[in-house]
Amino acid sequence: MRARIWGCRGSLAAPGPDTVRAGGNTSCVELRTESGELIILDAGTGLRALGLHLAGEEPRTIHLLLSHLHLDHLEGLGFFGPLFDPKVEFHFWGPPSPVTSLKDRIARYLSPPLFPVNIADVPSDATFHDVPSEEFEIGGARILAAPVSHSGPTVGYRISENGRTLAYLPDHEPVRGGDLREMAPGWISGYSIARDADVLMHDSQYTEAEYPSRVGWGHSSIAHVVTYAKIAGVKSLLLFHHDPLHDDDALDRKLERAIELWGDGDGTPALATEGLQFELT
Amino acid sequence: MSQNGQHPLPLIMMRELADNVATPLFLVDRNGVLVYYNEAAEVVLGTRYVEAGSLTAEEWSARWAAEDVDGHPLPADKRPLAVAMKERRPSHRPMILLDASGARRTIEVTAFPLLARADEVVGAVAIFWDCEVAP
Repeated sequence: MRARIWGCRGSLAAPGPDTVRAGGNTSCVELRTESGELIILDAGTGLRALGLHLAGEEPRTIHLLLSHLHLDHLEGLGFFGPLFDPKVEFHFWGPPSPVTSLKDRIARYLSPPLFPVNIADVPSDATFHDVPSEEFEIGGARILAAPVSHSGPTVGYRISENGRTLAYLPDHEPVRGGDLREMAPGWISGYSIARDADVLMHDSQYTEAEYPSRVGWGHSSIAHVVTYAKIAGVKSLLLFHHDPLHDDDALDRKLERAIELWGDGDGTPALATEGLQFELT
Repeated sequence: MSQNGQHPLPLIMMRELADNVATPLFLVDRNGVLVYYNEAAEVVLGTRYVEAGSLTAEEWSARWAAEDVDGHPLPADKRPLAVAMKERRPSHRPMILLDASGARRTIEVTAFPLLARADEVVGAVAIFWDCEVAP
């Protein structure tokens, strides 16, 4: 399995000279299974550039796994070329809602007055799936989706192939008002997703100083994400979903703090950056 | 607990709520097994959760026996949590709680199921109202 990050900014795209190193596009990660199947995690603004990159390849089947439907995870969709290609079989996967279908929830954005084209009218062959409670399979990769603590229906994804696992929790506040270190793992949101993962891509939106005034907003502090990764026993931590108000220098300081909190032991936290590629083999 | 070593998110969120309110809350999983009650519930039940631990429905029903307000024994399947789980609806009733020492306490209980999806009950929560100390 190969991964490439096309967007790792949180909440709002933040392009400009101060965010060049980490990038300003919102959440979007390209995955390729060993069999070549294309899986995309989230449809943030990074999806636009991925669509351009795919133009020469002309993929016939695309699986888009949405963690949730906040705009920063969806707004690239209308500018993703393959969505408008009638030869493409497009599978949307996302968190279930007790009242509204995934298609109708996506259509709230992809329809007038917010967007000129309705999702029902796009030329590609689109199918909409509520993620199942049980593990499912795409192109040889086993995928587990489980609800996690954020604002509104949200899932994290655990993608495994050939014994290697990527955990993706871009928007996650694992505890509100408690202390993660005092909790049994089974009582921690998303533990089943992150447990023993080779790579964990996790929300790291706030500094420890910022978090107290943002409790309940659905995101993690640096201390949260490091503690969470340690409890889950992950081998490698990628700090993801950077706050749009944090420039590159601020992200460097957050990374320094994460490394300090991580301490000794295997692996070292790293910043997710646009263009970063890695393999899980 | 689920097969993945983690409780379902609605139970996690309800426990987190329980830890941050002074309202007595009592939480069971999809099998009726007691998985948590908070400090305020400890006052009503007379035992700390860490001492009681996880108990099956039969165990906790026996540990805290119940009577209706007329003093007749209240069968386990008539208690609000059992009704909430079985009938997938909120349930409320006043009752008398008897602890292991035989002490009697009049409380009101409201229970409701926790649904992860429209067709999936993952547990239930009971709210206690201690009529003997209530204003």
